[in-house]
Amino acid sequence: MFFNEEYETLPRPALEALQLKRLQSTLERVYANVPFYKASFDAAGVTPSVVTHLEDLQKLPFTTKQNMRDSYPYALFAAPMEDIVRIHASSGTTGKPTVVGYTLKDINNWSELMARSFVSAGAHKGDIIHNAYGYGLFTGGLGAHYGAERLGASVIPISGGNTKRQIMIMQDFGSTVLTCTPSYSLFMAEEAKAEGIDFRNLKLRVGIFGAEPWSEAMRGEIEEKLNLAAIDIYGLSEIMGPGVAIECIEAKKGLHIWEDHFIPEIINPDTGQRVAEGEFGELVITTITKQGIPLIRYRTRDITSLTYEPCICGRTHARISRMSGRSDDMLIIRGVNVFPSQIEAVLVSIEGIEPHYMLVVDRVGTLDTLEVQVEVNEQLFSDEIKVLQSLSRRVEKEIKDMLGVTCTAKLVEPKTIQRSEGKAKRVTDNRKL
Amino acid sequence: MKVEQISIFIENKSGRLAEITRILGEAEINIRALSLADTSDFGILRLIVNDGAKATTVLKEAGFTVSKTEVVAVEVPDRPGGLSAILQTLDRETINVEYMYAFVERCGGNAVIIFRFDETDKAIAALEAHNFSMLEGSRLYNM
Repeated sequence: MFFNEEYETLPRPALEALQLKRLQSTLERVYANVPFYKASFDAAGVTPSVVTHLEDLQKLPFTTKQNMRDSYPYALFAAPMEDIVRIHASSGTTGKPTVVGYTLKDINNWSELMARSFVSAGAHKGDIIHNAYGYGLFTGGLGAHYGAERLGASVIPISGGNTKRQIMIMQDFGSTVLTCTPSYSLFMAEEAKAEGIDFRNLKLRVGIFGAEPWSEAMRGEIEEKLNLAAIDIYGLSEIMGPGVAIECIEAKKGLHIWEDHFIPEIINPDTGQRVAEGEFGELVITTITKQGIPLIRYRTRDITSLTYEPCICGRTHARISRMSGRSDDMLIIRGVNVFPSQIEAVLVSIEGIEPHYMLVVDRVGTLDTLEVQVEVNEQLFSDEIKVLQSLSRRVEKEIKDMLGVTCTAKLVEPKTIQRSEGKAKRVTDNRKL
Repeated sequence: MKVEQISIFIENKSGRLAEITRILGEAEINIRALSLADTSDFGILRLIVNDGAKATTVLKEAGFTVSKTEVVAVEVPDRPGGLSAILQTLDRETINVEYMYAFVERCGGNAVIIFRFDETDKAIAALEAHNFSMLEGSRLYNM
């Protein structure tokens, strides 16, 4: 089943011709309208005219998250503000978030790609879509919502949280499709079980899970405990939001990236050179239809591989493999993006805490846990238990307030955290995904 | 009237107490009294020793976090109600006891209790006013 059969099954030569035309038009537009790209292209000694074939994309410089931060809030926008109808921003960052703007056409394209994604996952008009992605600045909730409406399904905009109510509504409203993070789906199933509700008896048929890394083993567990087809979806707010790529229910083997809107590349994160098809590396995406904030060769920092092999579903769009990690140190904890440097910034803002810390990430049951280990030096130490306990609570609260992630603070003896020899090891990730 | 106590931070993992007592033993430091306060994650070992300065130095060299605290050693008559009389006095004066523990040795016929108050000087004055006997640090360290 397709949502837009013509475009989803466009023969490769036609698809690539369309990509080139859209790429060239995007390049002209950003070079003329966005000072950052003018400067970046000029510094690399290139102009939009160097791109006469798709292969020429490699001649252009990369765009990074830092470039986006430096352009806060609107400097990378390629459309005038009066044409921007929606603004989203990345969640949970210290300092400034990463801001993206959408024109009406961008919203329409996003809705279509998300509708395509729903169909690829096996959803259709008539489904009742229980959308438990967060609504707000985060792109997950509204992105899935608009796609569900475009599809013509009934969408329940439940957003995240309040698990008991989620379960009641899923049961009473007869939800057939669930969208949330994979770990939250398992958490809900456990909570339901505790209340005597077996998820396998609900009407759920399809689950569309994303916003955090998961594995084939976890898919098996979800499908068994929730009795639905669990589909992996990929997206990031910088590029669009959810619906950049998704698995098809026919194969469940790799995520089709909508190539009539995005050009994917896989590079070696150290050299910046492309790797061979099928090899793992960092995903780089160029947007070729976006008006609000087009991005040229955006380094996602997500590690994956790319294949152009034909898929049994009939879609001609390339597939990326399940995300296998990050080329930077970003952690995804319960769907919240966290950089160790952000936690460090919170810690050093607390008087007396030295920047020697260790983050231990684990998964207890179905939910991620974060332990922040802080060394107790003489300045922090007290002979009274209550003083040290209030220090722990303060660390936990400030991290929650600043980053939106719940953690437990653990006080450790001085010098027990490894000192940096070159690059300090700040994170132990014990999650077995 | 104040007595010097040293406090040491210990993580809740095996062998830490053994390590501290080994270091003190090798430095020929004698522990006169101790108390261990603990939570599920960490503990605070509080010691009164015969040479606080030396103990602090050797423990810091071994990488421990050590701090000094002033506490008060009060003689408590070794009979029913002995401790109660002291605590009632402190309560009337609205002085809070942060923690307390017993000294190993007796002093004459009396027990010795180590007190950590929220207001040390006020506590000493109140105890003196009510004729409770307190021990000097120098005497305590070498008892």
